[in-house]
Amino acid sequence: MAGSRGRGRSQFSFSVDALGFGRGDSLPSSAHTPSPLFPPMQFRPVPLHTGEEVDYMLALKQELRASSKNLPFHIKAARTKTDVAHYSDKYQNGETKNNCIEWSPDWSRMPKELCIKVRKPRKTGAKPQLTRKPKVAAGKEEVLQKLETLEKREEEQHSEEEEDEEKKKQNEEEPDADEDYDEEDLEDETDYIMSYFDNGEDFGADSDDNMDEAVY
Amino acid sequence: MTAQEVRLCGLLLQEHFGNVVEKVGTHLIRSGVLTLRALAHETKLPLDLVKKSLCVLVQHGMCTFGAGRRGPAGPVEYRINCERVFHMLRYPRYIYTAKSLYGDTGELIVEEILQRGQMTMSSTVKTVADRLTHNMPEGQSMDYSEVVSAFSQLVETHFLQRCPLASAGSSSSGAVDTPLPVATQPTEPESHPDCYKLPYINLTGQGKRRRSSEDGEADQCAAKKCGDDRIYWQVNFQRFHLHFRDQAIISAVSCKLDQSSSEIVRTMLRMSEVTTPAHAAFTQALSANEIFRALLSSYNIARPILDQYLSLLVDDPMEFVGKTGDSGGGMYVVNLHRALANLARATLESVVQERFGSRSARIFRLLLRKRHLEQKQVEDFAMIPAKEAKDMLYKLLSENLVQLQEIPKTPDYAPSRTFYLYTVNQLPTARLLLQHSYKTVGNLMERRLYETKENKRLLEKSQRIEAILASLQATGAEAAQLTEVEEMITVPERQQLESLRHHINKLDSSENQVDETIFLLKSYINSTQASL
Repeated sequence: MAGSRGRGRSQFSFSVDALGFGRGDSLPSSAHTPSPLFPPMQFRPVPLHTGEEVDYMLALKQELRASSKNLPFHIKAARTKTDVAHYSDKYQNGETKNNCIEWSPDWSRMPKELCIKVRKPRKTGAKPQLTRKPKVAAGKEEVLQKLETLEKREEEQHSEEEEDEEKKKQNEEEPDADEDYDEEDLEDETDYIMSYFDNGEDFGADSDDNMDEAVY
Repeated sequence: MTAQEVRLCGLLLQEHFGNVVEKVGTHLIRSGVLTLRALAHETKLPLDLVKKSLCVLVQHGMCTFGAGRRGPAGPVEYRINCERVFHMLRYPRYIYTAKSLYGDTGELIVEEILQRGQMTMSSTVKTVADRLTHNMPEGQSMDYSEVVSAFSQLVETHFLQRCPLASAGSSSSGAVDTPLPVATQPTEPESHPDCYKLPYINLTGQGKRRRSSEDGEADQCAAKKCGDDRIYWQVNFQRFHLHFRDQAIISAVSCKLDQSSSEIVRTMLRMSEVTTPAHAAFTQALSANEIFRALLSSYNIARPILDQYLSLLVDDPMEFVGKTGDSGGGMYVVNLHRALANLARATLESVVQERFGSRSARIFRLLLRKRHLEQKQVEDFAMIPAKEAKDMLYKLLSENLVQLQEIPKTPDYAPSRTFYLYTVNQLPTARLLLQHSYKTVGNLMERRLYETKENKRLLEKSQRIEAILASLQATGAEAAQLTEVEEMITVPERQQLESLRHHINKLDSSENQVDETIFLLKSYINSTQASL
């Protein structure tokens, strides 16, 4: 190794022709930028297969993709409750919930720890609507009844109050709201609910001497 | 699990089962084995969602579970079977094969079982009969017995098999009452003696045409008592893969030689379907007499012609058929592993040719044949000028298709005293191309998702308009109304939709085609591993 240093000094360890450029030429220019993301292709790709078989499999693939979105195996996370309550929440009760599974697997073939409540398929949505109608009808009847009793107010004031209280206990929430509503706006027989109206009497009542805190 | 494989698994799970399952699945693939609690903690998903995802994955056979490291008393551990996830790419091919072999009934049976993972025989029969009835004209309906016969045919030819028994219950509950060996879930389905035995079920009736107001609940209640509770069937992917392999060999023979020789090879493969085990390197030896008897008369091949064809096949350099003896007119086998290796080699060569040109392909083939060559020898043998040959060699080297082997003359590896030999190893190159293919499919899927997302608004609009049109037509509207609705999509929008459809079709078709390459390369790699 050390002995060959003196001899053959001008010889390179590989033949210069193999490098691709001559002795006096400059080195090939170095790249200044990264290579392009989509380099131009030297050879165009071969066209795809065509034929009846290919078309059929293509149609199958697209159909499978579309139908798998509707199967119960396609799991969507339940929507987290937002701060705003939407009007449409009342009508969208078919949404998925996290703690029910939409299909019924054979639990004997799965580990017990995966067991989760199976969501029973909802029978037609006619039921909740049907139960609402009697409530609304009952509310109307009770309002009519109340008006009749109010007409007789002068004569039977105490007993009316008792009846009203009994009805309040028997009634559900909607007629209660109606009653409160009736009381509120019947005070001055105007269209405006009195508690919403602020006639500005309280403005400026507080003393302005101490201005430590800003008034918004 | 390479990065590309994980990425592809994630995309496939997302396409079929949604984002939640994709998150759970990819995390489980990356971590290897996990318990339920660890998985929920690491993915930061609610426990219920993780449970649901695991149920879906177990149902489809993509996730296996078993007693963990702490033994049967500890928590259950889950792992994902990546190969099974990749099979999802090939579903259209399985369904089409079933259709070509067993008609529409077979096609629907396989499609139902693929989409649901595992099903009992009775529920499959009912669902398929209903679907067929739905497509039939009014008044006709599909009888259950026809569907049952198609199902039995599929089972007899081993395309469907029973799901392996699950000994899952005992591994997680504390009480082990029976002294069963608490086997982890992946018992081979073939080890079950009744793997292909049809249950006796009492199932008569016809498919029902589903009206929109009827509920499927009544059917579900009646379905319970059919006599085949707990016997679930799944698709036997290995059998389909053997079928695809045979198809590939037959088409290669017909391309290389001619139609009649491919028919002879088809007959040989058909005869040895049931007798050859799955990973065998050769089929069973068949005598020429047997082959002649088994040949269909429609091929019209006389006995001496058959002998000539057989000797031609044996002499062919592709070595599809080999001669192992002389009794019975000559004993012939089909060399399965060698055929796969040759098909893989042809794939590699064609890839190099299409990417780098025919001269680079010539260099590649030369190196495959001659194993190790120096640069000077490459230039001479390939008859390509030195500068260009050098350029091509270096390009192939930079793409890792060609490797450099150093053979030192002296122990100090001095460059002037070392031989540098170029070589191509078929197996590592096949693995490399397989990874490239996975990356390609992943790119195709991502591009398709991107295209769909870009034009989401337009797609939704067109769907809405189609729905409006359909409802108008159902209620019998006039032509003027229909044209008015159709005009709601302007002409440039229509063009945009058309080009979008064209792109998506192209991308989908490409995925199917790349999957064929994946299948071939994977079969070749598996065959080399089996023989080791």
